[in-house]
Amino acid sequence: MTVLNQTTDNTTAARTAPAPRRRKPLATRAYKVFRVVALVAVVLFLIAPLFWMLLASFKTNVDIYDTAKSFVFTPTGENYANVLQRNNYFVFIFNSFWVAFVSTALSLVLGVPAAYAMSRFTMHRSALVVLMARVIPGVSLLVPWYYVFSNLKMVGGFEVLILSHMFVALPLIVYIMMSYFDSLPLELEESAQVDGLTPIGAFRRITLPLSVSGIATAGILSFIFSWNNFMFALVLSGSKTKTLPVAIFDFVSYASIDWGGLMAAATVVTIPIMIIALFTQKYIVSGLTAGATKG
Amino acid sequence: MSVLNTSRGETARDTAPGAGRSPARTPGPRENFSAWANRHRKWLFAAPAMIFVGVLIVFPLAWTLYLSLTDSQGSVRAASQFVGLENYLTVLSDVERFWPAVGRTLSFTGVALACEVVLGMGIALLLWRPFRGEKWVRVAILLPLVATPVAVGMMWRLIFDPNIGFVNQLLGMIGIPPQPWLSGQDTALGTTIFMDIWQWTPMVVLILLAGLTSLSEEPDEAARMDGANAFQRFFFITLPLMMPTVIVAVLLRGIDALKTFDILYATKGKGGGSFHEVETLNVYAYGLSFDYNQYGLSSAVLILFFMIIIGTMWLLTMRKKAVSK
Repeated sequence: MTVLNQTTDNTTAARTAPAPRRRKPLATRAYKVFRVVALVAVVLFLIAPLFWMLLASFKTNVDIYDTAKSFVFTPTGENYANVLQRNNYFVFIFNSFWVAFVSTALSLVLGVPAAYAMSRFTMHRSALVVLMARVIPGVSLLVPWYYVFSNLKMVGGFEVLILSHMFVALPLIVYIMMSYFDSLPLELEESAQVDGLTPIGAFRRITLPLSVSGIATAGILSFIFSWNNFMFALVLSGSKTKTLPVAIFDFVSYASIDWGGLMAAATVVTIPIMIIALFTQKYIVSGLTAGATKG
Repeated sequence: MSVLNTSRGETARDTAPGAGRSPARTPGPRENFSAWANRHRKWLFAAPAMIFVGVLIVFPLAWTLYLSLTDSQGSVRAASQFVGLENYLTVLSDVERFWPAVGRTLSFTGVALACEVVLGMGIALLLWRPFRGEKWVRVAILLPLVATPVAVGMMWRLIFDPNIGFVNQLLGMIGIPPQPWLSGQDTALGTTIFMDIWQWTPMVVLILLAGLTSLSEEPDEAARMDGANAFQRFFFITLPLMMPTVIVAVLLRGIDALKTFDILYATKGKGGGSFHEVETLNVYAYGLSFDYNQYGLSSAVLILFFMIIIGTMWLLTMRKKAVSK
């Protein structure tokens, strides 16, 4: 009977308290040890490769080839100096940032109202059109795009890159915002309309301010996807608009690879987006899991 | 008071004509527009995004379909001839590159997905109940997810390098001879699958964890009281309840896994390596288009690829509906 009480007590606590300590019968001691070991293994598995990349980026190419110096070596900033100065990575960083920023902003302008309408009027078929964009292999769009945009003399410009990245961002934003609006109670808008706001006014003054965290989620995630996008930029960017993921290949030539430089370049691409991700963790997690639990 | 009443009436059927017009003022031109906008806000809001996506999808898809029926090559601009279904016949009878690419695409997706779901479920279960240091594990889970795939490919390329790679160093310590992970014809595909698992298992973990935390506790507690052990509770209670979430995860991850390009291109380059050992349909079609300018053939491959994707999704959605009921 005591066991019963204990469990039910804990269950109710689990719903109200933020981080409740749950049941701990004797049998779980072995499980606890197992869990610690397993979690350490998981964390190591996920972190170690990134750590290795970071280490290599501080090694000279001679040290990288010397297996005796795997962990003990004299760190050098040479690779970073090489990446940032000689290869002019500041330009590529700006390009990546600019394309990601503008495509995210424009996609939000188009996507948020669309998601709102699709959620409120349950336009599932229309939503499917937008979500189709996630299913189609990018290559099948690239040939026609390349043809049209090169005829318009737009290939190599920012506009075409931004358009192509919006194509990735928009479905993502619609998907996230739809499930966000689905979870906002309709009554708030209705009472605003009772107080004399028009439906669009209610959307603008009530719903939008309430959706700031949802919009942040969608915006951050779309920024990350655009920053990481490779295939569209590979074909559609020019020498002046090259983004970071494409610029990495400057370090790979047919004959040899400048491993130190390559790892420094890879780190330069990855670090900014990881820092953004760490500061906006909860938004990213809620964005990636949006709509997943509704079944 | 009358204002309040009309507004309330309008809210109930707010798409009806005249909704939102304030009866107190005389309707000017601006007022008319506002009323019109409010009445048509459904399409006013949705249409721009749909037109944008539609133009950027429908037109290219139609073009790809058209190209797949021509012998277009060399330059997209050069005159090409209508050849009917010839490209499809060529592609479907191509046992050298097309069918192996289909096989690789499906086995890449299948194996990666299976491992990611099993591992992801395991990790999600580990994270389910609160524990100390949870924050750090969450950070570790997030890092691979947001890392730039091309950079990740380069990173693994160094780690799996036959001569200087860390993996072979580790194996050397326990006396196993160096393996040609990415350069071997038999091992390359497996190695890229491993990379996909590293990067995307966290995504499955997050989705499944969200599903687990939204589960109601009662069935689990009831089974516990009936004396069910942890394994029984998982296989007969948690897992069946989680099936819809699992299928969502499989759908989301599956679409992207089928289309994997960045990691394969970064590790093996154009054409999926010198022996096409990691050439999936995506890499194959990309090479045909942008390296060999075989637009007709490439388009036929893409149309077939697209049909495979749609088919897979349709199957999964059917399965999801069956499970949800």
